[in-house]
Amino acid sequence: MSLKVITANLLREGDVVYLAADGTWSLWLDDAEMVDGADGAARLEAAGEKAVTGLLVIGPYLMDVTEEAGRPKPIGTREKIRAKGPTTHLNFGKQAMHGASGAGGIG
Amino acid sequence: MYRYDEFDETLVRERVEQFRGQVRRRVSGDLTEDQFKPLRLMNGLYLQLHAYMLRVAIPYGTLSSRQLRQLGTIARRYDKDYAHFTTRQNIQYNWPRLEEVPDLLSDLADVEMHGIQTSGNCIRNVTADQYAGVAADEIDDPRIYAEIIRQWSTLHPEFSFLPRKFKIAVTGTPHDRAAVRVHDIGLHIRRNEAGEAGFEVIVGGGQGRTPIIGKTIRDFLPKRHLLSYLEAILRVYNQLGRRDNLFKARIKILVNAVGPDVFARMVEEEWAHIKDSPLALPADEIARIKAYFAPPLYEALSADQPAFVAKHLEDPAFARWVKTNVAAHKQPGYAIANISLKPEGGIPGDATAEQMEGLADLAERFSFSEIRVTHEQNLVLPYVRQIDLYALWQGLGELDLDSPNLGLISDMIACPGLDYCNLANARSIPVAQAISRRFADLKRQHDIGELKLKISGCINACGHHHVGHIGILGVDKRGEEFYQITLGGSADENAALGDIVGPSFSYDEVVDAVETIVDAYLDLREDEAEAFLQTYARVGLQPFKEKLYATH
Repeated sequence: MSLKVITANLLREGDVVYLAADGTWSLWLDDAEMVDGADGAARLEAAGEKAVTGLLVIGPYLMDVTEEAGRPKPIGTREKIRAKGPTTHLNFGKQAMHGASGAGGIG
Repeated sequence: MYRYDEFDETLVRERVEQFRGQVRRRVSGDLTEDQFKPLRLMNGLYLQLHAYMLRVAIPYGTLSSRQLRQLGTIARRYDKDYAHFTTRQNIQYNWPRLEEVPDLLSDLADVEMHGIQTSGNCIRNVTADQYAGVAADEIDDPRIYAEIIRQWSTLHPEFSFLPRKFKIAVTGTPHDRAAVRVHDIGLHIRRNEAGEAGFEVIVGGGQGRTPIIGKTIRDFLPKRHLLSYLEAILRVYNQLGRRDNLFKARIKILVNAVGPDVFARMVEEEWAHIKDSPLALPADEIARIKAYFAPPLYEALSADQPAFVAKHLEDPAFARWVKTNVAAHKQPGYAIANISLKPEGGIPGDATAEQMEGLADLAERFSFSEIRVTHEQNLVLPYVRQIDLYALWQGLGELDLDSPNLGLISDMIACPGLDYCNLANARSIPVAQAISRRFADLKRQHDIGELKLKISGCINACGHHHVGHIGILGVDKRGEEFYQITLGGSADENAALGDIVGPSFSYDEVVDAVETIVDAYLDLREDEAEAFLQTYARVGLQPFKEKLYATH
């Protein structure tokens, strides 16, 4: 079993979000709760479904991550781009926001 | 230009209010996403990687200056000051918030625009030659028939839930600028032996996972039968198209499975029942629509205006822009001005709010307030006096819209790719930008000559890579971006699908690979007059393959 977090898009804004350990949905992958194992994954999925019926998010899904310095890191270009914003418009998306971690390109 | 009648106006306004209610019910929880998704898609609203995306229809690529200015205003009001022109002659907004979309649609309705049938399994926005009405060799104006098809296909109850999306393109000149042979239906206006104009009907072309060049199922269809014949084709497809398999649902699969001859016979049999139905187009109805597309009030001018010719000699930069971007007009003393949306290192098809508003002003000053969008993601001012070209060019320069590269290697098509699109496997735009920078030297571009490079970020082929002289397809290999290259494709009247050169290249290798291909062409061509496609037809894939994989 690999490390996973759960991600979705906000219903109203469309922004990419991740479920944090305190039960809130964060714009930042850094905040996401990582789980390892089927039980943890099932718990995240249940929380995702609850946020769908609660009209917070749409399309939640589990995504594989690696861990670096205790923080989740995306695997693959698609999730790297989702986490930051378009690589062609570094002034748009999360990478442009104050406090964005690791802004600029997908590295 | 076509202007909405009371039916169009009412329909679009009612649709906005209907969608406003649907959005309200979605955010209040009365509609689930599963229930809402088909409703939003019917209005062109997608959910992409980072945000919602609204696709707005630009019927047959024709815009008034008022519409273009409003598109700019909308980019400011609801988006991040820019928008993206697509290969369907449409425009996309990348960052609207769900609850603002009804207001956005209302602002569009103010200028007779909407997002209806820009998504879903229906007849999509009809595309046409961007030189409609102004090309010197035009047999008949494709906008007339595209508009007739638009009216017939809008909310057509029988064809609102087809097996898959359905795209129609119309062209009216022997040289095809509308890629009609890679559409579900392509209509190529021809003359018969009696000299009457009608349609060559091409069916089952398309790109995507299974690229196929369309087959001609009728050499000549009289104009009065246009709608009944289209209805017969759609009816056969609607009955027999595969609904069980998304990848086999397009009409091209059906035409290929039964064979074009059998398909043509089925269409003719269906047509026999409806040929003389009320779908027949009387000449006065065609004339009524044609009147909307009457030529502007041209001045009587002589060809090659002396002041224009003199400016040419005075200013080499202007002369260079004219050479690539200005096309011959059917009216003496006038010109067609192509506006490249491919500045050096830029994003193909992107335009800022300021550019859209500025270009709307220029269209009012110099082009009877009309603008066209091309499927190659550029814009056109169709009615410019030759003597105004210099002032226009200067105005374009102030907007950074004066790139003199039309038809050259930096004039690429690129889909939004993995930077925006939920379906993409790899990025397209940064590859296009890197190629644009690599070939920034205009002298080198002119030396290379006409070369159409097209990039798609996935097999759905929105970037038309199959029909690029050089095509680039992004693929995913274990989470990493790779690019497959094809050579020898063409989207015009000699439509052809490119041949795959061999194993794909990594993101870091692909620009070098393109340069290797271009250098190989320069070595291989017999002389400067031999274009890339001609050289490719003469020497084939092998010499390019040898250069590309020599070090592998």
